[in-house]
Amino acid sequence: MDPQALSVESANIARHESAWQRLHRHWSVRIGGVVLALLVLTALAAPWLGTVDPTLFDAASRDLRPGQSGEITTLDGEMIKHRFLMGSDSFGRDIYSRVIYGTRVSLLVGIATALLALAFGILLGLSAGYLRWLDGPLMRVMDGLMAIPAILLAITLVAMWRASLITVVVAIAITEVPRVTRLVRSLVLSIREEPYVEAAVSLGTPTLKIMFGHILPNCIAPLIVQGTYICASAILVEAILSFLGVGLPPDIPTWGNIMAEGRVQFMAYPHNLFFPGVFLALTVLAVNILGDGLRDTLDPRMARRV
Amino acid sequence: MYTFIARRLLSTIPVLLVVAVLIFLMLRLTPGDPAAILAGDAASSEQIAEIRKSLGLDRSIPVQFGIWAGNLLQGEFGRSYFYKMEVTQLIAQRIEPTLALATLTILIAVVVSVPLGVIAAWRFGGWFDRALMGFSVLGFSLPVFVLAYLLIWLVSLKLGWFPVQGYKRLAEGFWPFLHHLVLPAITLSVIYIALIARVTRASVLEALGEDYIRTARAKGLPEARVLVRHALANAAVPIATVIGIGIALLIGGVVVTESVYAIPGLGRLTVDAVLARDFPTVQAVILLFSFAYVVVNLLVDLSYVVFDPRIRY
Repeated sequence: MDPQALSVESANIARHESAWQRLHRHWSVRIGGVVLALLVLTALAAPWLGTVDPTLFDAASRDLRPGQSGEITTLDGEMIKHRFLMGSDSFGRDIYSRVIYGTRVSLLVGIATALLALAFGILLGLSAGYLRWLDGPLMRVMDGLMAIPAILLAITLVAMWRASLITVVVAIAITEVPRVTRLVRSLVLSIREEPYVEAAVSLGTPTLKIMFGHILPNCIAPLIVQGTYICASAILVEAILSFLGVGLPPDIPTWGNIMAEGRVQFMAYPHNLFFPGVFLALTVLAVNILGDGLRDTLDPRMARRV
Repeated sequence: MYTFIARRLLSTIPVLLVVAVLIFLMLRLTPGDPAAILAGDAASSEQIAEIRKSLGLDRSIPVQFGIWAGNLLQGEFGRSYFYKMEVTQLIAQRIEPTLALATLTILIAVVVSVPLGVIAAWRFGGWFDRALMGFSVLGFSLPVFVLAYLLIWLVSLKLGWFPVQGYKRLAEGFWPFLHHLVLPAITLSVIYIALIARVTRASVLEALGEDYIRTARAKGLPEARVLVRHALANAAVPIATVIGIGIALLIGGVVVTESVYAIPGLGRLTVDAVLARDFPTVQAVILLFSFAYVVVNLLVDLSYVVFDPRIRY
């Protein structure tokens, strides 16, 4: 950890700056946050951004170059003129609309996976850290789960359960749960030695209340940071699964699916891969940068470790 | 030291066992009767019952696990539904490309990332350091397949330096073999470089703050010697650890890279087997990859004894 940043950090704490103020000043939180906010806006406003329904196709508008105009048949069977900003794929679907709508799927998968993994990780981590008899067996299972490479585990789970949005989210979350469990457990082990926990115990506070009322609130900052990284990695893994053809069903417009469809004609029409690839990389980058910024501001202890 | 080695060896057994149980249960809980699939569509119910009995599928789950684990120990992974051959044979056919790709990737990654990390730590806070940290975040965020197509487009299609896709066996000559392997290995090494460079920088930085570095500089040692013999040597343990942990990333990347570059290795086999719902193959490959990961990390832990004479246990 760089000593300069640490001293700045302690100076900020000494000045009683609130976490919010520190967050605002951090450049990577700003950049990551702004890009992410734009992506969320894009996802919400997808229908009003000059898109057509992402499932529409037209045989006459196949393999158009970016910027070319063509026609597309709406769901009512009406032919409308449409400008294909990012070109079209081999079915004559509008890549631009699919990429914009794909933002929704990616962000949804990222956030849902992070929340699910955090929820289970917190539950298991608190149990392992606080109920000593459970610690050994539970952590051995987590060690075993961590030894199976994440992408392979996710691929197999999705293949077993049939691909859908829910199974993909659950499968990716399962690969992330062990890491969260470990983090929460180690935090619990150090926090439970704090005087205020001892005080609560000696006052006869029920175990559940100590776990959720006294210990959990002190784990929040590292968990937010961890959640951000899980979100980034989940977006990546979903795209990889869909790209390999073992993720979300092909009719759902996701960046991975667009690229899976486009890879066949990659040499002739690279735009099929280029645009979703740029969006994917940009999104993951924004979330990762945001995570780094959050780590530096919210959790200086962790920053020192990395 | 020997007790440490013995303890570390013993501690891998529960992990391997848990991995085996998890993978066994995962695939047993999959819908579909393996006996019916093996027997084919034309089989009578007696034939299916026969196969079920011969596979031990009529026994209780713990007994089934015992039989399955016993077979594993004898190197028997069962028969592939899809390829209609022994899984062991199938793996033997596909292992060369994967091993070659992984080895070359690790080689490139270590050779590139360790010097980068050392220089960044040496010039801490300077432009090189910032550029490397920027690259590192980018490397983590750039999906392997996006990078793969970017490189194919640029290096293979535009510049024509490397073949677009495909694989040549080592038996077909060393140069064609290497020529086909370099671009996939570079693709795969980027995330690994990002990871190792970051950790190298952090641990060399920490070592540079120690008293013995000041002493070494004070007695007038050349800076390169201070950096390599004193700082880097003392930072070796975290670097070795991250190389081991990174194997998990590498294995995930192998699956994707082999698919993009059409390399007939184990990663490609995994995806094909999953798509064909060929579960004995999936089971075997995942088990193999997980065991490889555990064993590599075991070796890394044992290597601490070599890297760091202070560790005596």
